[in-house]
Amino acid sequence: MYLTTDEINLGALLAQVQSPQYGGIASFLGVVRDHQDGRSVLRLEYSAYDSMAEAECGRIVREAESQWDCVIALKHRTGTLQIGDVAVAIVAASAHRDEAFAACRYVIEEVKRRVPIWKREIFVDGTVEWVGAGAGKQLGSGVVAGRRAES
Amino acid sequence: MTAVASTVTVRVLLFASYAELLGSDALELVLESPARVSDALARLRAFPGGERLPAKPLCALNLTQVEPDTLLGSGDELAILPPLSGG
Repeated sequence: MYLTTDEINLGALLAQVQSPQYGGIASFLGVVRDHQDGRSVLRLEYSAYDSMAEAECGRIVREAESQWDCVIALKHRTGTLQIGDVAVAIVAASAHRDEAFAACRYVIEEVKRRVPIWKREIFVDGTVEWVGAGAGKQLGSGVVAGRRAES
Repeated sequence: MTAVASTVTVRVLLFASYAELLGSDALELVLESPARVSDALARLRAFPGGERLPAKPLCALNLTQVEPDTLLGSGDELAILPPLSGG
């Protein structure tokens, strides 16, 4: 399962991929920050199309593992997240660092581009906005993006 | 020639801002056969709030992204996906 409503445990993900043959392990954490476009964020609410998100995460992990000879651990959290909470975590383990960094980068970019997950920002001033829902436009691959959603 | 079913019934899933627009996160559509994703979208636009859906929203049929001209089959799950913002 790639989605979870529980707190993400980086140590558990590391343990999942560590092995004597892997000399390079790269990780990425996407963390809830306290500001967006100069406004103060109180918390984020993530929701997902669970079945498709699981399928898409699986496709992305398999693509990375076949392209770079590595193993990947991936978790994305949904539900209500507070400032500082980890929303997404990726660990890529390979024989050498180049493959680990490349695979880790690939997975986070593809997760943001392809996995059906949405976040709603609750600002300190009480306003609530779906990220990207404003000026939605079509990109080349059929993926829709509004305002760029940074991790 | 075997007889062709005259209608196609699909389950439509709406998420995030689109669920709010239409006031529902799941509904069933009965469309005249043959029906495409674009036909389902046209029907959704007739619902209150549906007129605010974008011209070409991202759509997934049975968990895979599809184009508007994709044919629908009875029992298909069609999801209309707002701009993705995971990560």
